[in-house]
Order: sequence, then structure tokens, then C-alpha cells
Amino acid sequence: MSHFIFQRLFHTLLVLLAISFITFFIMYKAGDPVQLLLPPDATQAQVLQMRHTLGLDGSFLTQYKSFLLQLSHGNLGKSFLYGEPALKVVLERLPATLELALLAMFFAVLIGIPLGVTAAVKKGKWQEKTIMFFSLTGISIPVFWIAMVLVLLFSVQYDLLPSSGRGEVYLFTSALTWDGIRHLIMPVATLTLFQLALIIRMTQNGMHEVLGQTYITFGYARGLPEHQIVYKHALRNTLIPLVTVIGLQFGQLIAFTIVTETIFAWPGTGKLIIDSIQNLDRPVVVAYLLVIALIFVTINFIVDLLYTLIDPRVALQ
Amino acid sequence: MLFTCGALFAPLLTSQDPYDLTQIYLHNSFQPPCPEFWLGTDEMGRDIYAAILYGLRTSLYVGLLSTLLSMVLGLLIGLLSGYFGGWIDRIVMHLADIQLSFPAILIALIVMALWGEGVNRIIFAITLVSWVYYARTVRGIVLQEKEKEYIASARALGMRHHMILFGELLPNVLSPVIVLATVRIAYAIVLEATLSFLGVGVPVTEPSLGTLISNGYSVLFSGYWWTSVFPGMTLMLLIIAINLIGDSMRKQLDPSEAF
Repeated sequence: MSHFIFQRLFHTLLVLLAISFITFFIMYKAGDPVQLLLPPDATQAQVLQMRHTLGLDGSFLTQYKSFLLQLSHGNLGKSFLYGEPALKVVLERLPATLELALLAMFFAVLIGIPLGVTAAVKKGKWQEKTIMFFSLTGISIPVFWIAMVLVLLFSVQYDLLPSSGRGEVYLFTSALTWDGIRHLIMPVATLTLFQLALIIRMTQNGMHEVLGQTYITFGYARGLPEHQIVYKHALRNTLIPLVTVIGLQFGQLIAFTIVTETIFAWPGTGKLIIDSIQNLDRPVVVAYLLVIALIFVTINFIVDLLYTLIDPRVALQ
Repeated sequence: MLFTCGALFAPLLTSQDPYDLTQIYLHNSFQPPCPEFWLGTDEMGRDIYAAILYGLRTSLYVGLLSTLLSMVLGLLIGLLSGYFGGWIDRIVMHLADIQLSFPAILIALIVMALWGEGVNRIIFAITLVSWVYYARTVRGIVLQEKEKEYIASARALGMRHHMILFGELLPNVLSPVIVLATVRIAYAIVLEATLSFLGVGVPVTEPSLGTLISNGYSVLFSGYWWTSVFPGMTLMLLIIAINLIGDSMRKQLDPSEAF
């Protein structure tokens, strides 16, 4: 177990280093942020001065070396644009993004698994057809399109829900105030719909396979109640692939918050990364990617640990 | 199929070329759907119906070409790394792992944001993020296949590596790859539309469905719903159609990989 964790940590470090190097290089090649930060009539002296303050006056390798040196002290550099530590800028906006992603995943699992199970149990009946059609449509609709239709219906047409911002925030989240919840409904619904369709498909697929196995037939023969067979015996065996997908999809969710946050003007990391890329704010971009990568790695790790809980036969390597 | 025909024959089906400035009349701007303009017009007096057909062209072009490119690239890399193993395999799979630890859309977004917009650039960006899926599938199959007797006998007969790779292994990996590709076309089109919607995809002068929707979105709050709703509906129906084809193909060929 401890060997497994150690190996994982080492691998993670390597991946994070590679990511920082690649991003650093791309951003270095992308252009000179000083041009964007200073007014167009700035003198040559001002440009040089600015470049020096931001630490942009060395070669690529010198810059990356000083970045690594700072990194070893837990410092990711200061944002060119905001003048604050890049990590702080990212972390300040992280709760808003995680709130969207977590809520969406929660609702998608809550609704998706029962629907997927129903579709598998009622194979060939109208329930299956309706649910699977819904799911296929859900997969086919681009995220930004769902968001737009929601805005059109609930903000433009009927003026029921606010279309931008987070509303009142209490304890890092909007979910605790009435105003915040009203702001949350549409972005969360957008993200949920997309995930929901996928979870339904995966559950139905997995359940379908398991339900054809002999021990399920035996269960019926023994006269066990159907809900017990379905939820206790069959569902448990479909959970492994499902947990993997949910874990992987969480990454997708965070990526799609970029789209959702742009449309709903949600002040999270997704909007931040778009702004930072446009302003060539390298420290923030690097910090964002490292934080996101770290989140992914943690999720994968949790997924692996969950395997052993669901199926004790799985051994960690 | 209907969509493809519509896109191919776009110039014949519309009276107006939406990007020829001489044919656009500003006094026609923001017409709601009416007999002359079936689906209304946008702020420039452009016929939405014509714009959709031309947009479909760009969307399908980007979707098909990027899928084809990433399929070929993924096939090659997958075949090589599965067949030879060793350090090639290790490097490729590490690269794939790093890339897969980020969602495709995020990578494409960064690449596009830094490069600027453009049709060829977006095809390249989509290829860049998509080859991994093919390479992984192909490598997996090759690893299984190369243990089988027919490869061993091919080797015993002294066949050259490239003969074994392309003559023997390629036919066996092709059918699952093609099924994967149908699904990925839909994904590529959505990815392109999303990037265009965010303003880092194809330029406004060569709009795809995503660009049209994005244009329409900027005037949505003024009540001009038709400028974005019709392109959006088209995109949705197109993707549903591709997914339905992909679904039935998968049921027929039934490979184990289900993305």
C-alpha cells in the first residue's frame, strides 16, 4: 500500500514537471506580455524596466530555471496582470468552479444511475426507448447550446432566472443563499444534462451485461425480490467501470466549466484561464494547469482506492 | 446524408452568397422568419438559411478532415508502438498519458488561443488532441494480435516488418478504428463548434455553425432569437444523425471499445 502511494507520488511529480515545462515553453513562444500590459506609447526604457520587474529579461532556460527555483519554495510567481501571487489568484476562484462541477456530478449520478438501471431492466419496453433516446440526444447536444437554450427560455423569454454572475456568496458557495441558488440553477443544469446522458449510457451498458449472468437468474429462481437483485447484486458489479467513468468525467466537467462560465459570466477558474491566455499571463496559466492536473491526479487516486472498496479482489500495484 | 448534400450543393440551393458583400443589403437586417428569408436574417441582412448551409460546409470539412488525419496518425503510431514495443512504446504511451490527463477541449483551447484562429489551425488542433484515442485502441489490438500464430508464421517466412505491419496487422485493426472514427467525427464537429463559439475557432469570414451560433448569441438578449436558434438546431440534428449512424455501426461490428 505505502509502496503504491509512493510510486504514485513520484509519477505525479514527473507529470507535473512535464506539464509546467510544456506550458512554460508554449507561453514563452506565444508572445511578449509586456506589449499588452504597457500603453502603446511607452518608451523603450519603460519596456525594459517592465521586462526586468516581471523577470522576463533572460533566455528561456534562465526564466524556466528561476521558475523552478521559486517552485521549490512553493511559489508559482506573481500574476503579470493582477500583481498578486498566481496561485492565490487561481485558488480564490477555484471554489466557484468546484461548486459547479461537484453539484453537476451529484445530480447527474443521482438521476442517471436509476434511469440507467431502469433502461436495462425494462429492456425492449417503452421505458428503455424513451430513456435511451433522451440519452442519445443529451450526448449530441453541445454544452454551449444547452446553456443558450436555457438562457433563451428562462432569462430572455420569461425572465425567471438571472443569466450571469454568482449572486450572493456565503462561506465560499452560492448554494447557501436563495439568491445564489437562483444563479446556480442554469449553469449546474447545463453541466448536469451532458453528464447525465453519459452516465445513463454507461449504467445501462454495464447492467445489461451483468443481468445476463447466471447468478442473476439464480437470484430470480430463489425468489428474491427484484429490487434486491437489481440494486444489491447487479448494480454492485457494474459500479467499477462506472466509478472510472465518473472519475474521468469529472475532468471533462472541469474543462466544460470553461464554456459554462464564459456563457454565464461565472467568476470561476474557467473564465480566469480564458482571460489569462488572452493576456499572456503566464504565471496564472501555469498555476491553473498545475492545480487542475493535481486535482485530476487526486481523483484518479481516489478512484483506484474506491476499486478496492467495491471489489476486494482488486489489488493495488 | 441530407445535411451532406445540403452542404455540398449550398451555392445551388440559395439565392444569396452570405459572404459576398455585394449581395447583402443592410436594410434587410434582423428580419424575422418570413417567406423571403425562411429563417430570418442577421444584423448584416444575411439570410440565415444560406449562412447555415455555408456554415455546415465548414463544420463538416473540419470534422471530416481532422478525423481522417488523426485516424491515420493514430493508426501509424499505434501500429508502430504496439508492434515494436520498447522505448518507442514507452515514450508514446507516456505522452498519451500526460495528454489524457487533461480534457481534450482544454488542450485545444490553449493551442488555439495562442495560435489565433483559422480553419487549418483548428483542424491541426483537433488532430493533435484526437490521435491518442486511435493510437491507444490500435496499440491494444496489436498487442493481442501479434501473439497469434499468423504473425509468428509471417515472421518465420521472413516477411519484412513493414509487410507484417501493413499487410497483416492493418486489416485486423481497421474495423474497430472506423467505428471509433464515426463517433469521433461527431466529437470533432462539437469541439470545433465549441471553440468557434468561444471565439478561438474559425474566423468570422469563414463561419462554421459554431461561429453563427456565437454571432447569434451576442444579440440574443435583444430578442433576435432566430439568428442563433436555427444554426443551433442544425448542429444538434447533425450530431444526432452522426451518433445514430455510429450506434448502428457499433452494433453491427461490435468491437469491445465503446467510447
